[in-house]
Amino acid sequence: MKLQQLSLFLENRPGQLRAPCEALGRAGVDILTMSLADTAQFGILRLIVKDWPRAKAVLEAAGMVVNVTEVLPIEVDDRPGGLAAALAAIEEAGLGVEYMYAFAARSTSGKAAIIFRFEDPDRALAAVRARGLRILDGDELVAMRS
Amino acid sequence: MPLEIDHAIFDPAETLSRDELHALQSRRLREQVAKAEAAPLYRAAFAAHRLDRRGVRGLEDLAALPFTTKEDLRRYYPLGLLAVGRDRIARVHGSSGTTGKPAFVAYTRQDLETWSGLCARFLVAGGLRREHLVQVAFGYGLFTGGFGLHAGIERVGAGIVPAAGGNTPRQVMLLEDLRADALVCTPSYALHIAEVLAEQGRGPAALALRYGYFGGEPWTEEMRGEIERRLNLTAFNNYGLSEVIGPGVAGECRERDGMHIAEDHFVVECLDPETLAPVPDGRSGELVFTSLTKEACPVIRYRTRDIASLDRRPCPCGRTGARLSRVIGRSDDMLIIRGVNVFPSQVEEALLRVEGTTPHYLVEVSRPGSLDEVVVKVEIRPQEFSDEMRQMIALRDRIDHEIHSITGVRMGVELVAPGTLERSTGKAVRVLDHRKART
Repeated sequence: MKLQQLSLFLENRPGQLRAPCEALGRAGVDILTMSLADTAQFGILRLIVKDWPRAKAVLEAAGMVVNVTEVLPIEVDDRPGGLAAALAAIEEAGLGVEYMYAFAARSTSGKAAIIFRFEDPDRALAAVRARGLRILDGDELVAMRS
Repeated sequence: MPLEIDHAIFDPAETLSRDELHALQSRRLREQVAKAEAAPLYRAAFAAHRLDRRGVRGLEDLAALPFTTKEDLRRYYPLGLLAVGRDRIARVHGSSGTTGKPAFVAYTRQDLETWSGLCARFLVAGGLRREHLVQVAFGYGLFTGGFGLHAGIERVGAGIVPAAGGNTPRQVMLLEDLRADALVCTPSYALHIAEVLAEQGRGPAALALRYGYFGGEPWTEEMRGEIERRLNLTAFNNYGLSEVIGPGVAGECRERDGMHIAEDHFVVECLDPETLAPVPDGRSGELVFTSLTKEACPVIRYRTRDIASLDRRPCPCGRTGARLSRVIGRSDDMLIIRGVNVFPSQVEEALLRVEGTTPHYLVEVSRPGSLDEVVVKVEIRPQEFSDEMRQMIALRDRIDHEIHSITGVRMGVELVAPGTLERSTGKAVRVLDHRKART
């Protein structure tokens, strides 16, 4: 299923990354994973959290600009070539990947999760499933981490 | 919003024929020069120029009179312009004093009467009537904005909510609860009020505003559109500076095509700031004012440093006073970037052409090596923040392109988070020139 990801605008100066993390920490919000995209002048911090509406409210109350984006957590085999196989399926489906980043891997199950942002999340959801890739849901992601 | 045609005129002097006006100006100039000579600054200046004021016959001799600069006022601090006994001072105001001590200017009872009448002129020209209620969000203090407009509104006979500057949520509450018809403040503060209203999740429908009288700092047509849209009012520009009298030197009529100068009280010149030669109507130059009727502090050929142009063609409203364009910059604020003259207002104009930015910006100039470097910090709007890097970069590139096409100078554009640049209730700080700090 589609997952809500929070994106934050960060200026490129000291303390900009710490501030949102501290705000979430104080509010007891657990960050499941994150990715930082940066240019010389500004960055975009992308966060997957357990309780996104509350996290959004906490960040906005701290004066930050937050944007909610739909992403797909796709399960891949945790072995050499596992990600390449998933990407081949995505390519066959003709889907445009905006960006992606690793979520977590679990050695016991031999599976890993990758967060994908597609140009059209709804079309991607159907197309990826049709090619036999598994989309994880929020509970599975949380379980993967524990 | 469409304007009903209503050209009510507060003072018949606003419609004198140009010939009548010139005759009046000549007569008043002779009297004013005689009065000015009583001031320490002019006694010294006339002596230094070997000027016999009895030789001043009228407007034709204006060019022989010496200029007055802000530095002159500083040299004769605090009241070198004072041409009457201290016992006749009814009030003292001062400029904001962003550079050093304020420049003070005194008023007699008669001066205050003149001044309130001048403010009433542009208030009525915009549509204000005695049945209206006006919220004044200018600071009440040495700054001429608050008390000046306050007295002008009283002359019109309208009601006043003297909210004064600051505490924007309270300004919104007062506007909403007391249903003011008009708002008086700086244009940047009007935008800030609109922002706070929007942050509360509400729009202009919550307010009853119809007119906005904005002045005290340069602004742009784009900013007018933005204020009008976000507060649902008709916005009027007005012009003045404390050294000349304060607000009321010029103000827009409902044509909103230039601000009518009160030429029966001031002679205006528009000069090339380098050569001091007059520039033709329609061309930008430095505004120079000579007061004609002041008692406490007459000013002769005061160099305002404001850059604007004049239009003496007839106006459909019937007023005959020359029309002053928007002030496009100050010769002080004029930045020379790698040899090109740039005004902060041009950067503002560029930003307002780009969707997704607020008109809040800061131009930082430095010279790390031998070349000037400029960085423009621009606040993005929360709703325009995109998760996708290439959209954010495209936004920055669009701003970069507009600034370059308007100013002719490449500046670095830095996007910053909304609300991070300092807001001001008085004159907004738009430029930090680190080059000056070193000299």
